[in-house]
Formats: sequence, structure tokens, C-alpha cells
Amino acid sequence: MKLLIKRGRVIDPAQDLDQTCDVLIDGGVVAEVGASIEAADAEVIGATGLVVCPGLVDMHVHLREPGREDEETIESGARAAIHGGFTSVAAMPNTQPPTEGEEGVKFVLGKAREAGLARVFPIAAVSKGQQGGTLSEIGSAIRAGAVGISDDGYPVAASGLMRRALEYVKMFDRPVMAHCEDPGLSARGVMNEGGPSTMLGLRGMPGASEDVAVIRDIILTRLTGSRLHVCHVSTGTSLEFISRARTSGLKVTCEVTPHHLALTDEAVMTYDTNTKMKPPLRGKGEVAALRKGIEEGLVDAIASDHAPHSPEEKDQEFDLAPFGVIGLETTLGIVLTSLYHDGTVTLPDLVRLLSTNPARILGLPLGSLKPGSPADVTLLDPDAEWEIDPRNFFSKSRNTPFSGWKVKGKAITVIVEGRVLMRDGELKTPGARP
Amino acid sequence: MKFARKDLLGLEDMSSEEIESILDTADSFVEISERPIKKVPVLRGLTVVNLFFEPSTRTRISFELAEKRLSADTVNISASSSSAVKGETLKDTAKNIEAMSIDMLVVRHSAPGAARYLADVLDCPVLNAGDGAHEHPTQALLDLFTVRKERGGIDGLKIAIVGDILHSRVARSNIWGFGKMGAEVALCGPPTLIPPGIESTGVRVHYNIEEVIPWADIIMLLRIQQERLEESYFPTIREYSELFGLDGEKMKHAKPDVMIMHPGPLNRGVEITPEVADGPRSVILKQVKYGLAVRMAALFLLSGGQFESEVTH
Repeated sequence: MKLLIKRGRVIDPAQDLDQTCDVLIDGGVVAEVGASIEAADAEVIGATGLVVCPGLVDMHVHLREPGREDEETIESGARAAIHGGFTSVAAMPNTQPPTEGEEGVKFVLGKAREAGLARVFPIAAVSKGQQGGTLSEIGSAIRAGAVGISDDGYPVAASGLMRRALEYVKMFDRPVMAHCEDPGLSARGVMNEGGPSTMLGLRGMPGASEDVAVIRDIILTRLTGSRLHVCHVSTGTSLEFISRARTSGLKVTCEVTPHHLALTDEAVMTYDTNTKMKPPLRGKGEVAALRKGIEEGLVDAIASDHAPHSPEEKDQEFDLAPFGVIGLETTLGIVLTSLYHDGTVTLPDLVRLLSTNPARILGLPLGSLKPGSPADVTLLDPDAEWEIDPRNFFSKSRNTPFSGWKVKGKAITVIVEGRVLMRDGELKTPGARP
Repeated sequence: MKFARKDLLGLEDMSSEEIESILDTADSFVEISERPIKKVPVLRGLTVVNLFFEPSTRTRISFELAEKRLSADTVNISASSSSAVKGETLKDTAKNIEAMSIDMLVVRHSAPGAARYLADVLDCPVLNAGDGAHEHPTQALLDLFTVRKERGGIDGLKIAIVGDILHSRVARSNIWGFGKMGAEVALCGPPTLIPPGIESTGVRVHYNIEEVIPWADIIMLLRIQQERLEESYFPTIREYSELFGLDGEKMKHAKPDVMIMHPGPLNRGVEITPEVADGPRSVILKQVKYGLAVRMAALFLLSGGQFESEVTH
């Protein structure tokens, strides 16, 4: 089965490509990228006016299976990913029970294969049961297919354990993906510490809670010579230290979420629990610093930190609602609107942030359209205007802070390993909206 | 003029005119509590539920008496006797109470935003009797009312609020209230108990009580809670009292006509010594007395009552 994507603007930073041309897919791999490809036996997908890029990779999502299948399953999450333009996601291990060891990883991979939607790459727990005590079976997990290790949701509070994790994982050349938070500084906090938390009477978490942990982990990365990926960076100070670490030759990468780039803690002023997440929405200064970091190329990836929660759990007092918002189906629209259309970044920059870099950090043979690469392709219309309406989500959850936002830019057609899973905005796979 | 709000949740978004009109209405209610028969039929036939998820003596009794003196039927629910302990959500509890055709809900809750949350899901008026560290509007209104009564006005006065500002809803409501009514507000306490960004409300901040004592026309002390020791906001009660407690010695530097206020309950010997609390400059019990009139006014206005109505004159 051959597919010929005609006359799109093909953007592939991995081969420094940005020009209008054709992409031929054959047998699930990219066969050819060229100015004017003829293939009589291929199904043609017109891409005039669209961007054709390597399939987007969301390197930080929570799919809730096993344990909270009412909020999300691997299948519903993988479907939401396709709808949002993502051909691959990396799933954090804080399920019930947490993803760890060979068994845990194989469970995720099996469910993802059955679903046959976006690729799902498991991230395994750092510590047994994510309890922060002793190491989980990291080696077995990675040999079974885990792409990284993380206790995300919780910090690895004990410096000794973090040191061992970084050291041990070196033999597999995989990153420790760190949720950086000093619990002593964020204890019982529910939002950013600052003017808005003062006005609302809500307990704050200072940015320093993240910064202290980021600096600790950078120092341990230097000690061990290992690889550190800092999840959901939310402060300018953290970004500054990460950038300095990288300049000094350490293997440190980082990601930022769309909500930390598009919203400030002013959004919490209505006590909307869909603005409650960790790390919390920060003040204007931090948001500006993060956006500047994006502009200057200090940020490696944009990841959604898609964190589904049931309406019942979010519909209560702000203090009691769980942390987390979903993002798989809003990331592209938000990022295109608030970073591309306002001139902060170019489209090739965005492809780098949403595909090339996350694929490289996770060691995936994806994120490029070089001939021979798996044919994961996202076609997007950067100018399509639409309104974010949670009723249209394929995720099982609805907890977004972006409901009602008018955005510009969306995924149109999504291809995974040569299979067209979304075409002209319509999902081509069975499975209705929940 | 009709009071246009469905709920009374806080002073932050209120105009000085609205505050003024509540205080004016309260003026006409003071006298009711001085009658031999302390009852008017203003809320006759209406049911008011006092839903308290936090312990409270003063505020609850004040609301209940205010309701009874306006002839409302009242029901008191406290957290221990409610279904909160059985795992029912706040929303369900409130919806169930509303389903019994109540006319107003007074709520006290430890979560900031809880009153607003209920106001959004209930059709009946909601009166915030304190939501976490957010707001306690009737307390601030009664403080404003007391000052107005005692000093003839609020505009231009200087008020120092001393103590645990970080955890205080009374401080927040008073910052808004006194600010809107034209007073100058200074906050004083250890830096650990001054919330970040509070200067943006236009207040000044001092860490030394001796700086604010000679400046202030009104000194309001806040209650210091034992629990704050566990999180090291300050080392000991003794040290707090030495640095920030208002005693006769510190009072020597105060203006001769200074007013001493405290929202209660008092920790005698901690933030205030008995000689100051019971002394000639203290209006602490007047605050309690006027609180009744202010809460009657708030209930009356939220029930749909008119300013200047014949019932109150």
C-alpha cells in the first residue's frame, strides 16, 4: 500500500528540510521525499496549504490504565493523541499499580498494540511502587521496551536514591525524567505562591521548590555523568540552570508544557480547579522567561503533561481537587496560536519541539522523514481556526483550562507507520467519542 | 435602591457605595437589639441555614441571633453533625439542604473559595461566614461599622493590622474594606506571616510593631494560633508575644484616642494583654455588639429587602 502526499510544505528539521514537495510512503516507511514524485499505484493525499512533518511526539502523558480506566485508558489516550496530531506518546508510570519491571511495561505495550492507534512508549518507575524507597527493576523494564524512567507525579525526594537511579540507568543510555519539586517547600501548596495566592487565601508553592530540586539533580548528573531530562519546567531560574548545565557539557534536556506558556496564575482567580496542576501556573515574569527560553532555543521539547481526572474529582473545593489538566487535543492549537502566530517561533522550531527533539531524547527511531524512517507523519493546517470544546475530545476526561478558547492551527491528517488514522480531521478508526 | 447581589462572598469586588449602603442599613438595626422585645418580622416565614464546617462560637451565635431577631426560622448544621464525615461532597450536602426549600445559606468552611463554589451551584443567596484564609466579609463590615460609629467616619484614618496576616481571612477582608472606605492600612507581623505580594493591595508592611503604634488611629490584633508553631512560622509563643504582643508598655506610645480592635477569640497574654483588651481604648465588645446589626443588615438585604424600607424605620 503506497501513499503519496502531494504538494505540502515539508518540514523536517532532522534533515534541515523546509520546502514544498512530495512524500512517498511505501510499506510503512518513507520511500522518497522529492520535488515531484510520480507513483501511479499510490493513494494520493493532497497537502496543498498544509504542513507535512514527522509525526508529533508527546513525551509526557498520563494514561491512567491500569487503575483509573474511568478517566483514561491506553486506547482512549492513544485515540486522543491521534485527534490532537500526535503519532507517539510516552506514558508516565504513575498508574495503579505503577508501571514497573517487565510485566508492567509489557502490559502497556500490549494494550497499545491492541488499540493500534498512536504509538505508546512506556516510561517505568524509578523506585519500587513509586514509593521513593529503593530502585524498581529498571533494567528489566528497559529491556522490555521502557524508554525512560521517572517517578513523575512525585519527586524522588531522597538525594541518595536519585544518585543511584542516575548512575544505574547509565548502562542503558536512557534518561531519568525528573519531576523536580522539593516537598519541604511545596508542602500542602495548591497553586503558585504570589499575589494571586495571597488574594485567594490559597496555600502557595514557590518557584524555589522546583529550582532547588533542578539544581540538585543537575549536580547529581554531574556527579554520575548520566542523562537527566527535566519534566515540565515552570520557572526562568530552572531554565537558566539547565541551560548553564548543558553549556558546561552535561547531558541535560528539558520540556515545557503548553499551559505554562499560555497561562499565568491569574487564571486561578476564579478558583477554577481546571487551573490546578503541578507545577502550578506561574506569574507573568516566569511565563515571559519560559517563552524567551523557547525563542532562544533553550527548551528541547513541548509536552502536554496530559493528566486526566474525572469531573467528580475536579468538581469540588479547590483545596481538594487533584492536580492535573489534559492536553493531548489542545497542545497543537495552543502552541500554534500562542507561539507561532504571535511570532515567537517558526514552524520548523515547533516541529523540532514537538517531534525531532522528543524522539531524540527518548531514543526513538522517529521524528524524521528521512527515507527508510517509519512513516509517521502529521499534516497540519497552521491557519485553521477552531474553538476548543471539550465535548469534541476523544479523551475520556474533560479537565482542560482552555475550554472556549479560539485557536488557530490544528492537525488535519495523521499517519502512523503508513496507516492513515485521521484524514481531513476525521478519525479513520473505530471508537466514538466517550 | 435594591441590593443587587445574590450573595455576599467578600469585599474584594465590592464598591464603597455598596459597603456604605450595608453600613447604613445596619444603623437602623442597632436599635432592635436594645428593645425589650428584640424581634421584628422582617424575615418571617424565611428559612436560613447556618452550615458551619469549622468551629465557631461568636460568628455562629451572631448569625443565629441576627436571624432570630428578624424572625427567620433557623437551622444550624456543624461539620461533626453533617454528612461530611460520611463522605458526601460539599456540593451534595448543599444541594440537599437547598432541596428542602431554604431561603438563605450561611456557610463557614476551611477551604478558600468554598462559599463562592456554593454560590455558583445554589439558587438561594449564600453568605460567606469565612472561607479558609480568603474572606470573612461580615467581620470586616462589622469592623468598619464599629469604626464609623465610634469615630464618625472611616476616610483618612490609619489602621494597623498586627499578627498572622498570612492565614487571616479577617485581614484580607479588612484590607479591602478599609482601603475602599479611604483608610490607610498597615500590616505588621513577622515576615513569615506576611503573604507575598500583599503590597499590591496598597498596604504598607512593617516588621516592627513600634513603628506602627504611634502612627495608628486603630490597632487591630489578630489571633495567633498554636498550630503555626509546627511549621516554624515563629519559634515560641513567648517570643511572639515579646515582639508583637500589645501590652501596657507598648500602648504608652500610641495615640491617646487610639482604638484597639480584635476579631476574637482572644489569646490573653499572647497577642494582647488583659489590661489592653479590657482597657479604655478597647472596642472589642462593641465589635461583637455591632456585629449583630451588621449581620441583620446583610441578611435583610440579601433576602431582597429595600434600603430605607418602612420596616426598619
